[in-house]
Amino acid sequence: MSTISSSVQAGTANGCGVTWRKLLRWETLLGLVVIADFILNTRLSSYFLDPWTLSDASFNFTERAIMALPMAFLIIAGEIDISVGSIIAMASVLMGLVAKAGFGTPLVCVTGLAVGFGAGCFNGLLVTVFRVPSIVATIGTLSLFRGIAYAIIGDGVLKSYAHNFAYFGQGYVWGPISFELVLFAVLAVLFGIVLHWTVIGRRIFAIGANPVAARLSGIRVDTYKFWIFVLLGTVSGLAAVLLTSRLGSTRPSIAMGWELEVITMVILGGISIDGGQGSILGVVLAALLIGLVTFGLSLLNVPGIVLAIVTGTLLIAVVAISSLIGYSGRRRRH
Amino acid sequence: MPKIPGIRRGMPHEVGLGLLTLLLLALVTTAFPRFLVIDNVKSLFDDTALLIMLAVGEMFVILTRGIDLSVAANAALTGMVVALFNAHYPGAGIVPVLVIAIVMGAALGLVNGLLVWRVRIPSIVVTLGTLSVYRGCVYLVSGGAWVNSGQMSPFFLSFVRVPILGVSVLSWIGILVAVLAWAYLRYAISGRNLYAAGNNPNAAAYAGIDVGRMQCLAFVLSGAIAGLAGYLWVARFAVAYTDVASGFELQVIAACVIGGVSITGGVGGVLGVVLGGLFLGIIKNALPVVGISPFFQMAVSGLVITIAVILNAGTYRKSHGRKILERSEATS
Repeated sequence: MSTISSSVQAGTANGCGVTWRKLLRWETLLGLVVIADFILNTRLSSYFLDPWTLSDASFNFTERAIMALPMAFLIIAGEIDISVGSIIAMASVLMGLVAKAGFGTPLVCVTGLAVGFGAGCFNGLLVTVFRVPSIVATIGTLSLFRGIAYAIIGDGVLKSYAHNFAYFGQGYVWGPISFELVLFAVLAVLFGIVLHWTVIGRRIFAIGANPVAARLSGIRVDTYKFWIFVLLGTVSGLAAVLLTSRLGSTRPSIAMGWELEVITMVILGGISIDGGQGSILGVVLAALLIGLVTFGLSLLNVPGIVLAIVTGTLLIAVVAISSLIGYSGRRRRH
Repeated sequence: MPKIPGIRRGMPHEVGLGLLTLLLLALVTTAFPRFLVIDNVKSLFDDTALLIMLAVGEMFVILTRGIDLSVAANAALTGMVVALFNAHYPGAGIVPVLVIAIVMGAALGLVNGLLVWRVRIPSIVVTLGTLSVYRGCVYLVSGGAWVNSGQMSPFFLSFVRVPILGVSVLSWIGILVAVLAWAYLRYAISGRNLYAAGNNPNAAAYAGIDVGRMQCLAFVLSGAIAGLAGYLWVARFAVAYTDVASGFELQVIAACVIGGVSITGGVGGVLGVVLGGLFLGIIKNALPVVGISPFFQMAVSGLVITIAVILNAGTYRKSHGRKILERSEATS
């Protein structure tokens, strides 16, 4: 079974078509673009090819990349969650309160994960029990969760974190390899294995490709969707721990607009917004690509808001290319 | 298959929402009679006019099973461009400003529409991209600088404030847009086609309606309204900068959802959207009067939106899944 572009409605390509299509695979293209950008960055800036510079670059996108993994699950299953940035804000504020009350680092981390878990449960309930379309439900919770963060601390700031808390976002495991990067690599492998080599993964693809057929063939569609929402919420809580630890402080405007950047990573990674198709490898490559492009440009003193143009154009351009030439990696609707 | 109950079974959604809005108004007013002072009502209309206009534009797109996340960025870019135009040609008068705002907004909407119609990218992906691109372009055209009231000519600023029959031009434009949109959806053939294209794309295609074209048209209409709103926004607040209306697109979509526009397409009307916008506007304006910290505003509106979507959930049961993220079947 191909681990890549493993759609339930896998094409019936044969003969020379197979090799040609494999060459044209989404992940191959992304990989080439990543390499091209890497070389370009090296040429443009003499500071780029330094282990510590590259390590710094990784801090720019690892938190978002970690969130992109469960987001990929959710989009493959045919749902979407745009409240993830707000979950980070709410989790971070509550972690700040716990730290302010004088509790140690373990409880602060547990708080972050628990808030994420709870928020994920709430989103999951709205979608699976109350039958609210996920985009509408999470627009509501986007305001609600961040609103709670604002209601709790207003325009204040929480920064009474213990010293050892800084390790999660600033620590290094070995040399210039950061804790965040290792965590991302481990999670990426874990998510990849679950999605591509287990029954759970096959069922997620089946749910996204055709929820009705999946239900009729005995898959508990709603249970799966609920737990993917919970997973995404919990990982957002984890991202809140990492981000809060890296910044060392909490404001309610933390991680504003991250939902769009995370979704951009997932779509760029070749996950079909229609559900039922994509691979974790693609998401990882897309995360690397966005990280490299934005870091390379900021080395050249391009302001952050202009990077938004680049990311937006990149998203539309790659999806347009795939749509226009009808990639095998992307399912066409008939 | 059991018959699935629809929203039309009971009273129309608009009646319920209208009663709820009146109830909210009555509650706030009995507790705080100051709320219904003429000045406050005027500012309520001015505040909600922009939200209602943008929500009406958004409704066109949602009716055709799309979504437009770029409305606020479009308004910011158009607002900045007309502000710069005004700064460079202070004597040009109001007509070119309005024309530029509407034409440019429509052009930005056309970009979205063509990508959805011709390139067949799902609307959420397209507008997610153009949201960043348009917002970045505001920075590019302005160089990151603000255009302040001192650089705007008097006609540019005062046009929205001229009172006609006691109500400002800004509110009148909001009313005009709503009435025109209602008449268009009710009486124009292409207006009816928007509903048909969203309600059942396959049937619409068999009836000779080009569904993709209708989606494109909806984006152009939404863009034109967003462009106009961009000028009005900049003139009302007398400042143009990169982050104008940042994140406003979600409030716009929320007004539509509260107003009973089904995210699965083909269901909704202007009256509901107007009430949805007023409902959000009243909450926003009532909180400071009632004495709740402005920092609670987001949590309260979030709570209201969440409750509203749960109550509206019955509307969505007619179709499962998120149609909004699918390419319309008829175009492929």
